[in-house]
Amino acid sequence: MNLLSAVKVSVRSLRANKMRSGLTMLGMIIGVSAVIAMVAVGAGANERIAAQIASVGSNLIMVIPGSTTSGGLRGGSGGSQTLTIDDARAIGKELSAVRATAPNVRSSAPIVYGNQNWSTLVQGTSPGYLEVRDWQVISGRNFTDAEVDAASKVALIGKTVSENLFGGEDPIGKIVRIKRIPFTIVGLLDGKGQSPQGQDQDDVVIAPVTTVQRKVSGTSHAGTVGVILVQATGPDTIEEAQKQITVLLRQRHRISNGQEDDFSVRNLSEMLAVAESATKIMSLLLGAIASVSLLVGGIGIMNIMLVSVTERTREIGIRMAVGARQRDILAQFLIEAVILAVAGGTIGILVGAGGSMAISRFAGWSTLISPIAVSVAFGFSGAVGVFFGFYPARKASRMDPIEALRYE
Amino acid sequence: MAIPVIEIASLCKTYRIGELTVEALRSVDLTIESADFLAIMGASGSGKSTLMNVLGCLDRPTSGTYHLDGNDVGKLDRDSLARIRGKKIGFVFQGFNLLSRMTALENVELPMLYDEVPSGIRRERSIEALRTVGLEDRGHHLPNQLSGGQQQRVAIARAIVNNPSILLADEPTGNLDTTTSEEVMGVVQRLNDERGITVVLVTHENDIAEFAKRIVTVRDGKILSDRMVEKRRFAANCAGAGE
Repeated sequence: MNLLSAVKVSVRSLRANKMRSGLTMLGMIIGVSAVIAMVAVGAGANERIAAQIASVGSNLIMVIPGSTTSGGLRGGSGGSQTLTIDDARAIGKELSAVRATAPNVRSSAPIVYGNQNWSTLVQGTSPGYLEVRDWQVISGRNFTDAEVDAASKVALIGKTVSENLFGGEDPIGKIVRIKRIPFTIVGLLDGKGQSPQGQDQDDVVIAPVTTVQRKVSGTSHAGTVGVILVQATGPDTIEEAQKQITVLLRQRHRISNGQEDDFSVRNLSEMLAVAESATKIMSLLLGAIASVSLLVGGIGIMNIMLVSVTERTREIGIRMAVGARQRDILAQFLIEAVILAVAGGTIGILVGAGGSMAISRFAGWSTLISPIAVSVAFGFSGAVGVFFGFYPARKASRMDPIEALRYE
Repeated sequence: MAIPVIEIASLCKTYRIGELTVEALRSVDLTIESADFLAIMGASGSGKSTLMNVLGCLDRPTSGTYHLDGNDVGKLDRDSLARIRGKKIGFVFQGFNLLSRMTALENVELPMLYDEVPSGIRRERSIEALRTVGLEDRGHHLPNQLSGGQQQRVAIARAIVNNPSILLADEPTGNLDTTTSEEVMGVVQRLNDERGITVVLVTHENDIAEFAKRIVTVRDGKILSDRMVEKRRFAANCAGAGE
C-alpha cells in the first residue's frame, strides 16, 4: 500500500473516533505546549539578563582602588583613595588596547528645581563616560573636556530624575540646585533600564568629575576618584587592556616588584558568563520538567493505540485476508500514532506560543520563542509517536489472520 | 490437460495445544480443476475449516504439498502468502466481514489497495464488480444501510475484484434466510458459469451444497467421499434482478 492511501486510511479511522483521538491528542498538546512555554520563559530570562549586563557597557573594565591598611586594620577593597583623575587620563592616552576611560566619583544628594525636590545619585565623570557605557544623550548635549577642566556647573540628567523634577517640561537649559549649588542641565540621557543588580540606572545626575569633587562630595583627597571605568577596543583586547592598565598603574604609583598592587582590575565578561550559565541551567530544568508531561502524552497514545488494536482485531483480520502484509498493518497503526502525536504537537506549539505571549503580557516576564525550540518540539512529538506507536502497531501486524477473523 | 487450480497431496495439519496434539487434517489429497464448483461438507470438528484455511493460504500445512496455479505455496512466508491471498484468492465469509465505516465501494476497493492498483482503475474495477453482483447503485451505502443479502453480495464483489483464481466461500449463507440464500448462491453460480471462476464452498447444509457441481465430504481430517452432484440445483432468479 502506498503512503498516501495509508495516511488516508489512518486519518479516517482517527476521525471515526473523534472524542478519543481528541483526548489522546490533548496529552501531547499539554506536553508540547508546556515545553514550548517553559523554554520560552527560560530563554526570555536569559536574554533579559544578557541585555542588562550589556547595558552596563560593552568591553568594560573596572579599575578599583585597593584596600587601605591603617594600624593593622585592613579596609575592604575600594577603601583607599589611590586612583586619580590623572590616572584615568593616562590610561586613556597611553594604552593601545583602550578606547575610552571615565573616572567616577559618586555622591548622593538632593536636587531641587522650583518647588520640586528629588534625592538621587550624583556621578562625577569625564565626557568619555557615555561612550564607555554605550549611553546616548537624546536631547541637548554631553559636557566637554573644557568644562571638566573648568569645573563648570553643568549636568546631564537621567530619565527618572527628569520625570520627577520636570514632569513633562523640557529640562534642557533649566537650572537645578544640587546641595544649594546651581547647575545648568545641558543634556537628557536615554533610558537604560535596570542594572543587573536591579537598580534604576536612569535615576542619576552626571556632572564633570572636577565639579562633583569640589562642590558636591567634598572629598578629603583632592583629585582622587572612586572607580575608573575603561572600555577596551574590542572583546579580544579586554585581557590585553587589563595587563596594560596594571603595568601602567604600577609605574605611576611607583610600586616596586614584589609589592602588592594598590588597585584591582576587573572585567564584566566573567559576570556575564556566570549569569548565562545560571539561566541556562534554569531553562534546562524547566524543559526537563515539561518533557515529563510530553512523556505522559506519549504513554497516553500507546494506551489508546493498544485499545484500538484490540478493538479492531476483526478489521485487521479482514485486511490480512484480502492481502495486507505485516508491514501494511504496521504502517497503518504506526501512521495513526504519528498523526496523533504530530497533530497534538502542532496544536501544542501554537498553544505554547500563545501561552508564553500571555505570560509575557500578564506576568510581565519576557519570553522568547526560539525557532529551534519549535522545530525540536515538532520533531520530538513525531519521535514520541513512532516510539510509543511502534509496540501496538507491531502487535497488530503479528496477529494470526485466522484468529483475528474469528474474533468477536 | 491444463494445470489444476488446486492440487494438494498427502496434506497434514497438526496443532499443538499445550501437551495435546490435534491432527486436524490427515493426509488429504484433492485436485480441483479450473472452473469447478466444489462444496466441502462436514460436521464441525471434521477439519473442513482447517482445510479451508489452508486452501485460502491463511494457514500453512504441517506436511504435504499444496500447489496453487502450479506454484508450490505450502512453504511460503507470511508476507508472500498475503500477496497470494490478495491476488489469487477471494474470500466470502459467513459474517460478511465488511469494514463497517467504509462504503460498499470502498470495501470492494480494499484488496486493490494492498495490490498497489492506481486509484482511478481501483474505482473503475470496483464499480464493475458491484455491477456484476447487481449493486452498482449502492456503492455509497455503508454496510449497515444494506440488507444481509446485499452485504454478502458486496463481499462477493470484493472477493472477485482482483480476478482471483478461486473464490472461497465459508458458509456464505449461514446468516441468511432461504430466499436470500438462493439469491446469493445464484450470484456465485453465475460467476462460476459466466466467468469461469473456480468456487470452493464450505457448508454443512445439503441443499446449499447442491448448488455445486461436486461435493467433497470430510470427516476426522480425511476425505470421506468425493462425488459429482447428480441433480444440481439452480437458483431460480439470477442475482441483480432480485431487488
